Order: sequence, then C-alpha cells, then structure tokens
Amino acid sequence: MINKVVNNIEEALQGVESNMTFMVGGFGLSGIPENAIETLSKKDIFGLTCISNNAGVDDFGLGLLLKRKQIKKMISSYVGENAEFERQMLSGELDVDLIPQGSLAERCRAGGAGIPAFFTPAGFGTEVAEGKEVREYNGKPHILESALTADFAFVKAWKGDTAGNLIFKGTARNFNPLMAMAGKITVAEVEELVEAGELDPNQIHTPGIFVQRIFQGDKYEKRIEQRTVRTKE
Amino acid sequence: MALDKNQIAQRIAQELQHNTYVNLGIGIPTLVANYIPQGIDIEFQSENGVLGMGPFPFNGEEDPDLINAGKQTITTLPGAVLFDSATSFAMIRGKHVQLTVLGAMEVSENGDIANWKIPGKMVKGMGGAMDLVASADNIIVAMMHTNRQGESKILKRCTLPITGVNCVKKIVTNLSVLEVTENGFKLLERAPGVSLEEIKTATEADLIIEGEIPEMKL
Repeated sequence: MINKVVNNIEEALQGVESNMTFMVGGFGLSGIPENAIETLSKKDIFGLTCISNNAGVDDFGLGLLLKRKQIKKMISSYVGENAEFERQMLSGELDVDLIPQGSLAERCRAGGAGIPAFFTPAGFGTEVAEGKEVREYNGKPHILESALTADFAFVKAWKGDTAGNLIFKGTARNFNPLMAMAGKITVAEVEELVEAGELDPNQIHTPGIFVQRIFQGDKYEKRIEQRTVRTKE
Repeated sequence: MALDKNQIAQRIAQELQHNTYVNLGIGIPTLVANYIPQGIDIEFQSENGVLGMGPFPFNGEEDPDLINAGKQTITTLPGAVLFDSATSFAMIRGKHVQLTVLGAMEVSENGDIANWKIPGKMVKGMGGAMDLVASADNIIVAMMHTNRQGESKILKRCTLPITGVNCVKKIVTNLSVLEVTENGFKLLERAPGVSLEEIKTATEADLIIEGEIPEMKL
C-alpha cells in the first residue's frame, strides 16, 4: 500500500505557486473542496488559472479567491451565481473561457486518460467552435476539443482511505473523479478518512492511483445554494 | 387567455412518451415534472449526475449533497442512480436521453436556439445546454412568446449568440404550439381564447398556417 496521507492542509498544499493552473471539483457548491479553497484564499498566490464548472458565490467557494483577485483566468461552463465574477469579467479584469459542460467534463477525463483531443458535436456552429477544427462523422459536423490537465487538482470526497481511494456521495461526485485523474498533483480532502482495507474495493469510485495527497477536512459547511422544499400535506 | 408558466409546462407534459429518459432545463421546464400524465413512466436525468430524480424534499430533509442542475435540493426515487459528469454527458451525447426540454431567449425558423449570452450584458455561460441541443433527437423549447420588451422571441434568424444549430423540434409558448419544419414554423395550436391575429402580431418569423388551428387542451 502506498500511503497518501498528509498531516495537515499546509502539507497538502505544499508547492502551490502563483500563475499555476488548478482544477477545482464541485457543481455549484455541492462537492467543492471547502478546506483547500479556504486555505488557498489566504495564501499570497495570484495569477491563477482555475478550471471549475462554476465559480462559487460571492462569499463562498471560488468566490473567495475571486474577491482577492487571485484568479487571472477561469475555465467554466456556468458562472451565473456570482456577481463579483460577472463584474470582473465584463470589466475585462478576469479572462474567462466558457465551454460546454459536457466538453469540460470530457476534456478533464481525456487529460487524465492520455487522450490528447476528441471530436464532439457540442458547440458546432457557435462561438465555441471558432478556430477549432471541424470534421464530419456519420454525416454530422463535430469540433475538435483538447484535453485539460492541471498543476494541482483539488477534489472532495465523502470517504477516503490512506491509499487515496475515494467514495463520493450523492451529486457531490460531479467533476471530482475526472479532475482527480487530470491533476499532476491531486489533493483529495474527505469527510472521513479510514485505514486502507476498511473500504469495500467493489464500492470505490476513484482508485487511489489518481490521488497523490489525502487528508480529512476540519469542517464542512456544505452550503445549499437553492434550498427548495415541499410541505407535507 | 395566454398561458401562465405552469400551463406551458402542463402542455409540454402531454408530449412525454412512456418509458423514456428526459432532461429538464432550468425554469419552466422544471415544472413539467409536476404534470406527468397517468400511466406514463419517465425517468428524469439531471446533468450534474443523477437519473431517477424525485420531487423536492420535505422541509428539514434537504441534503446539500443531492441537488439538480439548477442547484435546487432534490430527492431520488427507487431505481435512481448517481454518476460523474463525464458519464452524465455520455448519456446525453450518446443519445440515451430521449427528450430535452429547455428554455430559450430566441429560436429561429431553421431550429437554431440562443439561450446563453447577451453580449456586454449577461454572460452566465451555456452550462450543459450546448451538449444537450447538439445531441438530443427531440428538443422542445418552453418559453414566453415575447421578451420583457414585448419583442418576438420567434425569429427568422437569431440575433443573439446561438447555443446550437438546426436542433429545436417544437416550441410551446404562452400563446401557441409551434413545430419547426423544413419550411419554417408551423402553427399547431393556439392557447385557449388567443386569436390567430394575436399570435401573428407577436411573431417576427413567418408562420405556416394550414386549416383550422385548434385550441390547446389542458
């Protein structure tokens, strides 16, 4: 067993520098690496490129890094929940690459899987296709999308073991397994860290080979963006 | 009377086919789940990674780890399954999801749709919409017939940056049901009490009108 456990968050983030590219897991605020983001937002690192489906909200998630202007460029599919983000983007302070969500997921997966590029129908005929090679397959035009990798991938899982194996819960899985594959250094934070052997190998979602560092997060706020309920009749 | 948003959803629900997988977009499309006809079994997919989505949770039972693509708290039904985003879009791109219902800012007569960006004003992003419209065999748009300024959203050509080309099959608005044909928009139904003149006035594109146009049945 190769032990992936680091002692604390500082050790987990060792080597992060300005101008690096980070992948950050999560969909909305669900499944985001809360502890890593909060600690990064207190470090004096700037000029970051962040690959993340969303950009958090103004005072939580990646919104914390945006507020301190640590991010130079965002690669995302949807950023509608963050007013500061929209302000920085429209004023030109923040460079934004918006790409279709399925292409984003597949580009991360491809990056981790050794596939340098692939053709997809998504975005053909739109702004997204500008400058990209178009090829017809089965009578339908497709555009060439390239793989994404990152200096660090920050992911969050429900449970993990000392070998770096991960299990996710609910829809908090989303981009996390794909980004875990695509990080040169993948830092996984988990709600519960157990000894290797305690997780059923049949139930593991992300094999530990994709994870370089793992730690148990101190606390999880797990903020809900749109609390939507029905009342009992 | 023009339909309200719930009635648009109610009309779209009549399009649901038994034993199919359906993806509902944010806004009016989400409401379609409230009007599934008797005897029709549907599994709803949400692109953030769930199939077999159920109703909203009861107060106090919300789970932050269980949301839909609109970031709303949800529940799952028996038989539900959870997966990562790449698997989710394999379902979509691979045409395993049979119907997509989504909102739009504009639709053009060749079936182009625009719903992700207003240059210089609103840039929220396309989310999963571009993947959905590029692949789904059946795409129904749910929207108001005109925008807040009263301008037609049913156009000869889209003026906003488009989300996908030549993909919309049907549109249900507060005034009408339209089919996108090779020759343009064909008027299929009118909202109850709405006249042909009202629909024509609210529509910038040409309409194909053949014979009596029936009222929608809700």
